[in-house]
Amino acid sequence: MKKLTKLLTTAAIATGLFAGAASAEDMRIALVVKALGIGFFEAAAKGAEEAASELGDVEIIYTGPTDTTAEGQIEVINSLIAQNVDAIAVSANDTDALVPTLKKAMQRGITVISWDSGVAEEGRQMHLNPSSNPLIGNMIIKLAADELPEGGQVAVLSATTTSTNQNIWIDEMNKVMSNYPGVEVVATVYGDDLADKSYREATGLMQSYPDLDAIIAPTSVGIVAAAQAVVDAGKVGQVNVTGLGLPSEMAGAIESGASKSFAIWNPIDLGYSATMIAYHLSKGDAVAEPGASIPMGRMGEVTLDETNSGAMADPFVYDASNIADFKDIF
Amino acid sequence: MTLLKSREAILVGAILLLLALVASRFPGFVTPSNLVAVFTDTAPLIILALGQMVVILTRSIDLSVAANLALTGMVCALINVSFPGVPVPVLVALALGLGALMGAINGFLVWKLTIPPIVVTLGTMTIFRGVIFLLTNGSWVNSHQMSAAFKAFPRENILGLPVLGWIAVIVTLILGLVMSRTTLGRAFFAVGGNPHAAVYTGINVGRTQFLAFVISGMLAGLTGYLWVARYAVAYVDIAGGFELDVVAACVIGGVSIAGGIATVGGAVLGALFLGIIKNALPVIDVSPFWQLAISGAAIIIAVTFNSRAGRSKGRVILKSAEHAQ
Repeated sequence: MKKLTKLLTTAAIATGLFAGAASAEDMRIALVVKALGIGFFEAAAKGAEEAASELGDVEIIYTGPTDTTAEGQIEVINSLIAQNVDAIAVSANDTDALVPTLKKAMQRGITVISWDSGVAEEGRQMHLNPSSNPLIGNMIIKLAADELPEGGQVAVLSATTTSTNQNIWIDEMNKVMSNYPGVEVVATVYGDDLADKSYREATGLMQSYPDLDAIIAPTSVGIVAAAQAVVDAGKVGQVNVTGLGLPSEMAGAIESGASKSFAIWNPIDLGYSATMIAYHLSKGDAVAEPGASIPMGRMGEVTLDETNSGAMADPFVYDASNIADFKDIF
Repeated sequence: MTLLKSREAILVGAILLLLALVASRFPGFVTPSNLVAVFTDTAPLIILALGQMVVILTRSIDLSVAANLALTGMVCALINVSFPGVPVPVLVALALGLGALMGAINGFLVWKLTIPPIVVTLGTMTIFRGVIFLLTNGSWVNSHQMSAAFKAFPRENILGLPVLGWIAVIVTLILGLVMSRTTLGRAFFAVGGNPHAAVYTGINVGRTQFLAFVISGMLAGLTGYLWVARYAVAYVDIAGGFELDVVAACVIGGVSIAGGIATVGGAVLGALFLGIIKNALPVIDVSPFWQLAISGAAIIIAVTFNSRAGRSKGRVILKSAEHAQ
């Protein structure tokens, strides 16, 4: 028994060595995620593989800790440094805790970028945001307006009155309202990210504004509750619920027709773009500096701001045509 | 005179006044169909307030009701996802049982280990939420994963009122019977009114408190299923902070926090009062920044009434005793 184990181990190591030797020419890009086994990141890995097969000479190492801790990620990154990978693209569990380890990686000549959840500036060469506040603000009103060619009344169901993200997105939305003539925001209410309060607020909106055409909820709890309220009020088809939500949580609302479409970043595109950026930076055909543009294959290119971070794209729109592909992913 | 002074009469008056105020700004609120909707929306609060009333009556408090609700709701949702064939009555029985079990844990700790109820239930509140996290790793159970029958049950309309509302009515009737017609019901009053005297009459104070927690837990469990089915979503934080609404409904309903004084009617009316405010605020166009302040002020005004009513009653008794001498 013992001998057999030994034999198998030896064989495994030998295979590993041969495999390593065979792909020695390939650029090795490590995609480090917050934790393994999370649908969102599995999807990102899928995108990274897509980028790798497009580029040809790239090997993806998809890795991460088993739970979402900074300590676990530090361990993983240390072992990647020991393996001398060419690039590390990390979605960080902690903004600051990873900085010393990632600095060490950069000193060894490894390209380091962060994506999704960023690292402090000194710990990475650039950071890729899934989207930007102006893009999100524009997207949420666009989703509602696209269904209202003749114009109409829309209302916003937000999280709490003090939710920073939601307030910024609503501000950005109000800035671009002039691009959508005929669409009027009649009210902004707050569901406090509680299912029952959001449901009640959505019901209240439909009562106060009988001609309401759409509810925009830029929060995942709110959009689900609003969709349920619309179904229960029998207003499917009259009131369209849209905003930001996750496909797994919104699949029921799309199915019932309460929501025609909603948006959130696409993890596949995100993993794809992060890999593309890491490749170009590591290859040296792009530089990470304020104002620089880095190509991202089919996603176009990202332009970096003064903190060396950039936004990938508009949030991705989900509707009846693609919800089935994503509802089991995240 | 006594009718006017009774808490229920004052509350009914306050509720009518509130409805009139809301109607003056938004007439659609007092249409029968909307009132039914408001009652249905308030049903979970009524059910929980009745359970809480029994606990507070015995000089205890149950802060774990919302967490119990969330855990039971999540378990029901998970069962429904894994075994969509399990019929709803079985799930309801399971919810009642699981809720009662969690209530029994509270009750046992209070009874056998004589830990103060507020400490016990603060602890179990966190534990129950933690268990949901362990069960799900923080992920949600969503609408499309639940079976149609699972979601339809509380919405089923019988004689114009959804099942959710009927359950609140039935729970009210049962509790009304238990409190007024059974020895257990009288024991709750005795334990809260004067525990020492209760012991001399042969009532086991700890055991009575234990049973109060079981009732409260059982009702929280029942509400757990109804809640998850109604909002068609289950996650760690559902009904976060709802235990405070439940206690507030009791206090508005004239349940004395010191124990010994409570009525089923009061608890129901207290819950309705709070439910009407919650449902009215979104439609009367009040700034969201004011909504919390208004809810809070309503509670304090109700409690002020409460303590004033209690005090004057005491004086009257003393005076009449003086006159008698």
